Amino acid sequence: MLEGTTAEIRERKALRVNPAKTCQPIGAMYAALGINKCMPHSHGSQGCCAYHRSHLTRHYKEPIVATTSSFTEGASVFGGLANLKTALSNIFTIYQPDIVAVHTTCLSEVIGDDIPTIIKKSKVEGIIPEGKIVIHANTPSFVGSHVTGFANQCEAFVKYLAESSEETKNVMNLFPGWVEPADMRELKRLASLVGVEFIMAPDTSDVLDSAMDGKYEMYPDGGTTVADLKAMGDSFLTLALGPLASTPAATTLEKKCNVPHKVLELPIGVSATDAYIDALRLAGDTSVPKELERERGRLIDMISDMSQYLHKKKVAIFGDPDHITSMVSFLVEIGMEPAIIVTGTPGKKWEAKIKEICKPVNEDVVVHAFSDIHYLHQWVKANPVDLLMGNTYGKFVAKSENLPFVRFGFPILDRVGHRAFPTLGYTGAMRLIEKITDAFFDKRDREDADQDIELVL
Amino acid sequence: MSEESNSSTPPMGPTGPSAAEAREQMLDIYPKKTLRKRSKQILVNETPSTPAEIGANSRTVPGIITQRGCSYAGCKGVVIGPIYDVLHITHGPIGCGWYSWLSRRNMNKIRKEGETNYLQYSMSTDMQEDHIVFGGEKQLEQAIQEAYDEFKPKAISVYATCPVGLIGDDIHSVCRKMKEKLGINVFGFSCEGYKGVSQSAGHHIANNGVFKHMIGLDDTPVDFKYKINILGEYNIGGDAWEIDRIFALCGIKIIGTLSGGVSYDDITNCHMADLNVVMCHRSINYMAEMMETKFGIPWFKVNFIGIEGTKKSLRKIAQYFGDKALIDKVEEVIAKEMSEVRPVLEDVTTRTQGKTAALFVGGSRAHHYQDLFNDMGMQVIAAGYEFAHRDDYEGRDVLPSIKVDADSRNIEELKIEADPERYNASHAERKKSLEEAGFTFEDYEGMMRQMAKDTLVIDDISHHELEKLIELYKPNVIGSGVKDKYVIEKMGVPCKQLHSYDYGGPYAGFKGAINFYKEIDRMTSSKVWQLTRAPWHEAGDAPATETAEVPVGA
Ligand code: SF4
Ligand code: SF4
Repeated sequence: MLEGTTAEIRERKALRVNPAKTCQPIGAMYAALGINKCMPHSHGSQGCCAYHRSHLTRHYKEPIVATTSSFTEGASVFGGLANLKTALSNIFTIYQPDIVAVHTTCLSEVIGDDIPTIIKKSKVEGIIPEGKIVIHANTPSFVGSHVTGFANQCEAFVKYLAESSEETKNVMNLFPGWVEPADMRELKRLASLVGVEFIMAPDTSDVLDSAMDGKYEMYPDGGTTVADLKAMGDSFLTLALGPLASTPAATTLEKKCNVPHKVLELPIGVSATDAYIDALRLAGDTSVPKELERERGRLIDMISDMSQYLHKKKVAIFGDPDHITSMVSFLVEIGMEPAIIVTGTPGKKWEAKIKEICKPVNEDVVVHAFSDIHYLHQWVKANPVDLLMGNTYGKFVAKSENLPFVRFGFPILDRVGHRAFPTLGYTGAMRLIEKITDAFFDKRDREDADQDIELVL
Repeated sequence: MSEESNSSTPPMGPTGPSAAEAREQMLDIYPKKTLRKRSKQILVNETPSTPAEIGANSRTVPGIITQRGCSYAGCKGVVIGPIYDVLHITHGPIGCGWYSWLSRRNMNKIRKEGETNYLQYSMSTDMQEDHIVFGGEKQLEQAIQEAYDEFKPKAISVYATCPVGLIGDDIHSVCRKMKEKLGINVFGFSCEGYKGVSQSAGHHIANNGVFKHMIGLDDTPVDFKYKINILGEYNIGGDAWEIDRIFALCGIKIIGTLSGGVSYDDITNCHMADLNVVMCHRSINYMAEMMETKFGIPWFKVNFIGIEGTKKSLRKIAQYFGDKALIDKVEEVIAKEMSEVRPVLEDVTTRTQGKTAALFVGGSRAHHYQDLFNDMGMQVIAAGYEFAHRDDYEGRDVLPSIKVDADSRNIEELKIEADPERYNASHAERKKSLEEAGFTFEDYEGMMRQMAKDTLVIDDISHHELEKLIELYKPNVIGSGVKDKYVIEKMGVPCKQLHSYDYGGPYAGFKGAINFYKEIDRMTSSKVWQLTRAPWHEAGDAPATETAEVPVGA
């Protein structure tokens, strides 16, 4: 397994090995799928679209529909205007969405296709039927990562659609950040429990975890409606969860429609969930229901029960910046010791922030943005850790180093739980503790000598 | 299945309209230009023995939900990617390299201590904006150097993605330079995703590159009586390993399987073979032809998917060598293997007989897998490839009449000549005398000849057409790819992924056939679809009520 990886770390300036990020359009596609009756459209060669659809399908085990401009060499030379117009005509005739969310690829970005102009022309020429909408986001992959692609698409919803009627409503906006459908459902449940009226965008619950009932719906009964996207301009406040994924949409909305915003970390773990609940309570001028306090209490109880197994355990973790920030805070909260932290997404400021979070438990924590899993693996070889956390690609590192491994983040291609159970909120945190301790215990039970096996742990 | 074997069941299965009517319904929704295009690609197989002309290997209409991918995927992902001891570098932004990282199940393993299986690695230049603006050649050069310093591979291959072609990076000159500098084989593939109309262009580009940069480098004689190569077998789910097992039993040496489970050394030495047999005609016929021209190695088509195909292919190979001992050995192996296959097949067929299947996948599997379904008494009502050409549908006899369009013209055709020293004339002689005795070479009769009369043939099927097909016929199982799988299953029809095998397999050879029969039996007998009905659905008077999913402002 990964035989060529040694503990000797050489500086690499040009070669990425085993990346901890992918490209922008897949994020845009995921965000667009969270809009009701929306067709994500990839403006470029069809390979990108095929790859993004396949990858999302493997992660969600759900139909992922999206269209492509199917560039050939000619379009690459002469520009993609004709291709996009043909595509829009076909899409509205055959697949009949309410809205098409176009995102660019590296190719159309290099060519420099001017999407807004093409959209305008298509409208004038009647290719876009009356009442139907086409929006776009620029998602070149030589910038940012899949997370910024998600952020750009969310911003595009606001840019194109949010309207203010000058009359502020008692409704709050919620940008959930790049989280799973189950997490989106959990965010809604928590907001409802606290008693806040809200609009959440995007919302992939009931789209990417739709029920099996023998019928196929290209546009399942889920996702934020266009009407709601428009109405976001009249809300009194926006909560943006996950700074990288949600800030651009929130700030653009503030600029465009004067809706003030507050950015929070993703509610993973105790304090980040507390911050979310508290923000909801203050926004809604309500009080936190007992039921939710008990939920929180059950989490604290579990942390207390399990803390002996977590104490000072060294963790290597890789993934996306927003996910990692909250996860690392949680690890620190429960007494674990983040040792090395890697993301593929660029971000110097983020490195500093993570170091600050880890300071109470590990002053020497190694943090790298714009890095890769290969680097993390090499470091771990020289500096043993107790636990590895990250997406599915981590399993090869875990196997070669015989490490307990908790799957976390995007993508998870070889397990089923992320589709069904949230990791956000208090119950999500309980699930994380279960997964972490299970990983430790499974290894112990498997490897301990007979005389050391414990019945009770 | 052939024209003659027409049974009492209609060609499109027990229910649904005629194929012609289904075709009309599929086309009905399309705007004019799209309709014109699609109508050439959807055919009723009216005259299987003289197949009608199908539109294939043409552009996908923009906006159509297609299964197709790009030339990079066909080149790196399919043909070269499986070589485990070549270090592969994708030159481009991060995505292309990421998505082709272990996502195809071309299995491979190291042969000895100290080697590295590079398939577990994804390496790329992760191009950033300044590389796009100022060019990425320096970055690529540095990346090759860093890869060499860190891993010391015996060869490095480089793949260009769309933006690289547009900004005009000359990856080949960088590769040449680094080859000289490092003293190892370094070569590039201009497989930008916009080339051609599908993965198919990438196969051709890959064949050219493998031929130019790997084939023929090592003339070490292979001391074996019967030695062959298997071309176009990618070891998905361990298929090539099952084929290896059978050939080992027969006493035939496989020098190289291109490119499943293969090593760099196998490829550089595989021109020492006496025969090339071709599994996936679409992806590798170029290689078979070039090797024949240069080294005189004859080739013919085989199929190790399904027991009939496997038996026929083994017998043909034995006949090629013409040795009685080998011919007997092959019969002995077949008899022994069949004694294991037969009881399973008999049992499974009691449940699968008369069920229907449809296959939309790849450039050969939609044809090959029909054999397995036929083994089980199942009826294939519709089939089509994702990226094949007319010859894969209609047979190689149409090759002279295929017009080369603008999209294909840009893919280089290598000019190959016989190697003055290494061309093996005795192979050619053997071929000639065998041909006189009625033996066929360079033979592929295509999918349509083997399909029943009045079934549907659909090239590059669109999402809409697939939905329509299911709505009209509800086949018992559909073989397709990952992007369609869950669409199909939401409609209550099981879908077997024939790219990834749903992480099962092998399905080739005898043991593979057993696996496949059992799997299709499981899928077509599954009770899970019945669970979609709750007891209160049957009650009629107690429908579920629609409550606001999230009580707002509660
Ligand atoms: S070209 Fe760009 S957008 Fe397409 S897959 Fe590659 S990195 Fe992603
Ligand atoms: S950018 Fe080009 S090479 Fe890369 S996945 Fe897209 S179509 Fe294929």
